[in-house]
Amino acid sequence: MHGLPDQLANGLALGALYGLIAIGYTMVYGIVQLINFAHGEIFMIGGFGALTAYLWLPDGTGMALALPLMILLGVVCAVLVAVGAERFAYRPLRGGPRLSPLITAIGLSLALQQAIWAFYPNAKKARPFPQIGGGDIDLGFVTLSREDLFIFISAPVCMLALGLFVAKTRTGRAMQATSQDPDTAKLMGINTDRIIVMAFAIGAAFAAVAAIAQGFKTGEVNFRMGFIAGLKAFTAAVLGGIGNIYGAMVGGLVLGVAEALATAYIGNVPGLEQFGGGSWKDVWAFVLLILVLLLRPQGILGERLADRA
Amino acid sequence: MRHRSLLILTTTVTVGALTLSACGSRDDKSGGGEGGDKTTVVIGLDAPLTGDLSALGQGIKNSSELAVKIANKDNEVDGVTFKIQALDDQGQAGTGQQNATKFVGDDEVIGAVGPLNSHVGQSMQKVFGNADMVQVSPANTAPELTQGPDWQKGKKKRLFDTYYRTCATDAVQGPYAAQYLFDKRKFKKAYIIDDKKTYGAGLAGTFTDEFKKLGGKVVGTDHINPDDRDFSAVATKVAKSKADFVYYGGEYPAGAPLSAQISKAGSKALVVGGDALYSEEYTKLGKKNVEGDLATSVGAPLESLDTAKTFMQNYKKAGYKLPYEAYGGYAYDSTRAVILAVKAVVDKNDGKLPDSMDDARKQVTEAMQDVTFDGVTGQVGFDGYGDTTNKQLSVYEVKSGKHEPVQTGTFKES
Repeated sequence: MHGLPDQLANGLALGALYGLIAIGYTMVYGIVQLINFAHGEIFMIGGFGALTAYLWLPDGTGMALALPLMILLGVVCAVLVAVGAERFAYRPLRGGPRLSPLITAIGLSLALQQAIWAFYPNAKKARPFPQIGGGDIDLGFVTLSREDLFIFISAPVCMLALGLFVAKTRTGRAMQATSQDPDTAKLMGINTDRIIVMAFAIGAAFAAVAAIAQGFKTGEVNFRMGFIAGLKAFTAAVLGGIGNIYGAMVGGLVLGVAEALATAYIGNVPGLEQFGGGSWKDVWAFVLLILVLLLRPQGILGERLADRA
Repeated sequence: MRHRSLLILTTTVTVGALTLSACGSRDDKSGGGEGGDKTTVVIGLDAPLTGDLSALGQGIKNSSELAVKIANKDNEVDGVTFKIQALDDQGQAGTGQQNATKFVGDDEVIGAVGPLNSHVGQSMQKVFGNADMVQVSPANTAPELTQGPDWQKGKKKRLFDTYYRTCATDAVQGPYAAQYLFDKRKFKKAYIIDDKKTYGAGLAGTFTDEFKKLGGKVVGTDHINPDDRDFSAVATKVAKSKADFVYYGGEYPAGAPLSAQISKAGSKALVVGGDALYSEEYTKLGKKNVEGDLATSVGAPLESLDTAKTFMQNYKKAGYKLPYEAYGGYAYDSTRAVILAVKAVVDKNDGKLPDSMDDARKQVTEAMQDVTFDGVTGQVGFDGYGDTTNKQLSVYEVKSGKHEPVQTGTFKES
């Protein structure tokens, strides 16, 4: 197992990124049972927001100053779009047939993608994203790039904050109540509309952080980046058990590590030489998803609920 | 209410039918010229105008328009005004085929320029072949498009006599890079990666064959998905393999992040690729991490040719927002080849095009075989397969964020 620590680090970095996006899918699904397919585009808009902040700053601004501003503007853009989408695209359809918001989500996703394509300057091709710079960090057993460090710090911080928020605060508990039974929660005096907006906003903020991580990782943002990332994150949310925030992160990490290991080692297995490498990693990731769902249809950490998909 | 909706329906259908028949009658009389003695002839242009290869595609479109503009200004063909109709294929074979069908169905289109991608070109060939309509690609480098699927076994066979191209093929591009790396750079250990597309896999294949023949060693191979942007796992494999360099058969949108991530994984290996990495976007996206990377491209560097200097001046003067990129010169020459073929037909035909568009297309296709001129990219001409007779190639190295030419030459079999 040549280079295993490095490959695990690659997988965890990628998986943490998937996990952060997956939170958005899982929270919204947990509360309104909607698969928000426009979430990938919210992620993309977060990336462009961060890029905009960087471009506004004078040339040569250090990363220490630029990064907080990039996160701030990225999060603000993503949250505004997500909340707007909830208010104008999803809320009018609440209580209607379940397919209508789903189709709306797909339409919204295309519209947001094309809006960036058409109106963001030079976004018709990939826009270069700033880099943290500096060399790799050699920890002896594993080499990390500075760009990956961002996700290794931000993902646990985000998860910890979210965990505390949901478990300890009044709003967090209201959120749990709404997810368990929206009607009763409403009768108990919880403003469920506000809770739903909160779920969209938190998901969008996490997606924006993930988009910055992806920008650092790949050195670019482009208007189509949300499609594949969104698909993978949705897979991660299902894998971990949709509706469960810790499940989303666990699902993301499992998916990321599976992809990295499949790229690195499947080709070394006798008889599977041609099924290894970067082009087959998605196939292996989905084989894993199917296996998990066969054994645990509710996902790794999901609860078995009769009325959920 | 029922009656009223029936009425609306009838009206709609009638109006629709009238509109359709109006379209039909307009199509019938076109091609015959619009008043006076000037005939307008349309050259179809197909390239990825949107999507991640749009930088190259827009360069092709602008350069092609420039060729037409200048031919019209110089009155290149007496009595004929040229026009470009550009369609977007988004790098998709299916869309390219639809566009080809559209060109063939349009009675004003005499010939086509494009596309960029080899797999798109492959899907368009048959459509143009059936219609006897000439197609000149500025950028398809996959050898099987002209020489048939068995070209590597020495059984070359031209599939479509409507298909021509102005760029050299991967059959020479890959081996040329192999010779440069092995002989000049003394590199012995290669890691081969491709994106499984017609272009990328073909290029990686011809490179690998030549590199092994010269005595080089392939220490690893991998394939990636062209839509992915996270290549960290592949990059770690490259770093652990201790390869001298990576040969990447693919295009810059995935190539730049791949190269950057290989550097970040702590590898000193530089990335070498074909003409699809020779783009400003490659260095913009990869920044410092792609310093020293190499790309081969067909033809001599434009800066070194006199004909090219005029082209660059005119391009600048025309005020296009986007640069002409790697294929601008070839697109200009491809378009010019179509214009000169039309000219040959007009000259032969007492100063006008044949009345029927089908005849005109057929004669232009036939005339293309003998077209030869001093183009932007050197002497343009076609051999018996429709390939360019210009076999010059150059190697470029990324130095301080720009591709600088390091060697130009002609490929010789080893």
